[in-house]
Parts: sequence; structure tokens; C-alpha cells
Amino acid sequence: MAAVAPQPAEAGPLRRWAPLAGVALIVIYCLAPFYWMVVSALRRPSDQFSNEIIPSPISIQNFKDVFAGSNGFGRGLLNSLIVAGTVTILTLIIGMVAAYTLARLDFKFKNVVLAIIITTSMFPGISLVIPLLKLFIDIKWINTYQAMIVPSLSFALPLAVWNLTSFFRQMPQELEQAAMVDGCTPAQAFRKVIIPLAAPGVFTTAIITFIAAWNEFLIALSMTNKKSIQTANVIISQFTGTTGRDQPFGSQMAAGVVVTIPLVIAVLLFQRRIVAGLTAGGVK
Amino acid sequence: MLLSPTLLVLGLVVLFPIISALRESLFTSGTKLDENGFIVKGSTFVGLDNYLDIFKGDTGDRFWNAFYNTTFFTVVCVVLETVLGVAMALIMHKAFKGRGIVRASILVPWAIPTVVSALLWKWIFQADGIANQLIGTQVLWSTEGWQSKMSVIIADTWKTAPFIGLLVLAGLQTIPAEVYEAAKVDGASVWKTFTRITLPLVKPALLVAVLFRILDTLRIFDLPFVLVGPHKDSVETLSMLAYDEAFNTRYGPAAAYATVLFIYVAVVAYAFVKILGADVIGEARARKPGGGGGGKRWRKKNAAKGSTDTSVGAVAVGGGGR
Repeated sequence: MAAVAPQPAEAGPLRRWAPLAGVALIVIYCLAPFYWMVVSALRRPSDQFSNEIIPSPISIQNFKDVFAGSNGFGRGLLNSLIVAGTVTILTLIIGMVAAYTLARLDFKFKNVVLAIIITTSMFPGISLVIPLLKLFIDIKWINTYQAMIVPSLSFALPLAVWNLTSFFRQMPQELEQAAMVDGCTPAQAFRKVIIPLAAPGVFTTAIITFIAAWNEFLIALSMTNKKSIQTANVIISQFTGTTGRDQPFGSQMAAGVVVTIPLVIAVLLFQRRIVAGLTAGGVK
Repeated sequence: MLLSPTLLVLGLVVLFPIISALRESLFTSGTKLDENGFIVKGSTFVGLDNYLDIFKGDTGDRFWNAFYNTTFFTVVCVVLETVLGVAMALIMHKAFKGRGIVRASILVPWAIPTVVSALLWKWIFQADGIANQLIGTQVLWSTEGWQSKMSVIIADTWKTAPFIGLLVLAGLQTIPAEVYEAAKVDGASVWKTFTRITLPLVKPALLVAVLFRILDTLRIFDLPFVLVGPHKDSVETLSMLAYDEAFNTRYGPAAAYATVLFIYVAVVAYAFVKILGADVIGEARARKPGGGGGGKRWRKKNAAKGSTDTSVGAVAVGGGGR
């Protein structure tokens, strides 16, 4: 990333503290609602409607409820993992070849192809889901994993191709040329030289694709009506809670924390990479 | 060719559905009697009837309401998110300390699944929830009316304004420091520096971010669906309307609604690119100077100013209504 804006050395107290205060504001803005979800999840079900900033006593009853109940949340998590994981792997395999082609080979209509690929990610999900839903009913795919995985490729694949193309472009072309001089075929050069070197970019793309697929709701909601196959997102949205209270917010918040924590940890660990991936092409 | 797997998959999951949606929208399903009194099962060709029905009578009212809601959410959310996002980017750009913390924390709203954040805001907006306690009133947020619209707008802004901030920050960081030094030497005020230098230079990144946000909000589904609920006039969007029709197995009308939404999105995207010149595939075109499309004007302006060409890709992960 390029140089940052100049900061005068003789900055007054206002100029020095204003950005810090601004940073604090941004952090609070972003994290306060998330904090509220965590503390609400940690209350006892009987204190659910208390608005204390810190729950006392802290209880993990809500978490127990989420996993113990008949709502199939554990199964939902597993389903989410299967769907998002498969989408990520398929996307990487298919997308990497396309991205490499777009980054390296010169051919007619290359920009058109790239434009088409990026445009496909802009189509409203509902316009794709309705015809696919009808098709999947006909071929008896409703309540199967593939019915959720295949449509998810419609947003995951363009995203990955776009990201990977910009990563491949940053790698000097001499790398493959050297490998080919040493007797590699183009395919070998790609497999033995490019892929290992592109690993960070591929990893970044994998995280972003996984998060996007993990967060998917519309497709999973439309393609399933059986609890045992639904993803965690769909199950949370339809929670009735263990005791059948009509607003099981405690267990919903606990389930939300469970679904979100892996993503938050990934974000904390890989924030630099994720930012690089999201702004791919932004900084050259 | 090496591209064929990708194009094949996209053809299968994007092109095929779009075409079959167009076809589907010309049919109606369900049981009907033909002219001899026999029962006809399956779909019958009805031409443009599904489209005409959209604008008529009760369904017409419902459609125009959903159309209005979709447009209203898009305009209000995107304007708010852009203003907040740019402000955040400027603050982050100025601050040296705590950058890692900020970067990690602005990714948190983005990473939380929309469904979960919808539930989270539903909880915050409970009748005796924290929002009402903080503002000391008793607003019934997730019922019908302006307040449920507000709750959707607040939740959407919370989730995506930081994201715009992130993209604009990336754009800001490509502006060379000398440009600011020159402005300072010339005695430009802070406001002038912002409007005459920062904004024009960050415009390509900003426009792409805004375009993707517009497209994302136009298809908004998860947030109002979970936060307020289906069948609520005040927040029903076109995506929700189409989903509802499909859910009730009226695939013909559902496909017609989806097609109308699709056309609406396409028109808005096209107009945005044409009028403002958002440079969506800028990086690809940068290799071929003068190669087509809307981004040309800005590139020329920027090139004249000696800035780097900025375009931001992969913004579609905003995680909106898809």
C-alpha cells in the first residue's frame, strides 16, 4: 500500500486526538451490537429481558439449550459446513483455471469474458432461484446438498475468478517462462510453480468464498423444507426454542454467537489478507 | 479451452435460470379447465398475462408497494452508507494508531451472516429492548409502519457502511502524499482539499463500491424477511414478493416478478455505469487504452492528474439479499 497522508509534526492536541476519538467511535459502532449479542447469549433465560450491560450471573444455559433442543442446530452447523466447504473447494478448482487463463493468455474477447463473469455476480438471487427451484423439484433434488451447492456457485465463482485473476496478475510471468525453459510443460509450470506461489492468494480467496457461502440464506431457505438438511442460518431463523416460548431470543443469540464466532476468529487472524482480497485490484 | 469449466457452470447456474425464468413467466401452472371442460394439469401458456397482472388491481398495489420499498431502501441505505463510509475511511486514513483494531472491527459486521444480524437487531429493537431503553421511548420497531422501515435501514447501514469505508480507504491509500503537500503549499482549506482533491481521486473506488451496494440493496431479502417478517407491507421488497409467490407454487407470476426485478437491476446498473462512469472492469480495460465503456472519462481525468488508476473488484461479497 502506498504512503499515508502527511501528518504535520507540530500537530495540536485536537489534531492529534480527533483521529483517535474517531477510531474509538468506529470501533464502538461496529462492535456494540455484536457485544450485545454476546452478553444476551450469556444471560440466564430468566434474566433474558434485563438490559444490564454485563450479565450477572453469567450463564451458559442458552448455549446448552441451543444444542440440546429438538431444533437440530448441531446438524444445521454440520450442513452449513458441508455446503460452504464444498462450494469453496469446487469454486477454487474451477475458478483457478479460469483466473489463470484470464491473467496470462491473450485472446480475443478476453475483456468481454471477464465482464460477463463479473456481471453474473450481480444478478438478483431470486431470479435464479425460482427457475432452479422448479427444475430441482422435477429432478427430485429438493432437500439435497447439491440443490444448495450448485446455485451457490452463481455468486461464489465470479467472486473467486475476479479475486484470483488479480492475484495471478501480480505474479511475474518470468516464473513460468523459467520453468518452461527448464523443461516443464505449461500445465506442469502451473501446477508446480504457480500454485505453490499463489497459495496466499488462493487461501485469501478461499476464506472470502467460504464466508460468503456460509452466510448464504435465500438458496438454502428455498431448496429445503426438511430440518435435517437445512443450514444453520435457516434453522436459526426458524427457531422456536426448547421450551416453546414464542420469542426464544436467548437461544437465538447463543446460536448467532456460535455461527459467528468462527468467522470473527477468521477475521481477527486473517484481517490483512481479507482486506487485500476484498480490495483486490484496488491497489496496484 | 481452459475457461470452459467456469463458463459452463455459470451458464448452468446463471444463464439457464434467467432464460427459463423468462420462459416460465409466460406460463401459468395449476389445474384449469380447457374449453371442452377437461381438466388440464401442468402449465398453460398465457403470454404476457403474468406481466399484465403485476400492474393491475390488488396484485398491482402489492407490486407497486414492493417496488417503492425496494427503491426507498436502496436510495436511503446507499446514501447513508456512502456518507458514513467515506467519513470512516477519512478517519481511518488519518489515524496511525489502532489501525489493526479498526480493520478487524470493521470486518465484524461484514462477517456476521445477514440472518444473524437481522435477529440481533430484532432483539435490540424489542419492545422492552435496549434500543427503546437507550432512547427512552416505547417504539414498537418490528411492527408495521415507518419504524420497521427504519429498523431495516439501521441494520443494513450498520452492516455495510464499514465495508464501504474499507473500500474507500483502499482508494485513499493510492493517492500520493505529494498531491496534498502541493495543495497545502497553495493554501487550500481542508474542505477545498476534500472536495477538489480527495473526492475526485477516490471517485473510481467509491463509484464501484456504491454501484455494488446499489445492486445488493435492490435485491435485499434476508434482512427484512428475518428482521420484520414476510407479508409486511411496510418492508416487503421485490425479492420477498417473488419468493412468496414461488413459495405458494405460483411459479409463473413468481418468475414474472423476478424478471421485472432483474430488468430493474440491469437498467439501474447500466444507467449508473453510463451516467457516472463506474469502472467495474477497469483493471481489464486498463491494458487496452480507450477500450470501450463508461470508465473512460474518469480515467482520462485521473491520468491527467497523475493518479493511479483505481478500480475495486470483488465487492459483491457485501452479503446482502442474494
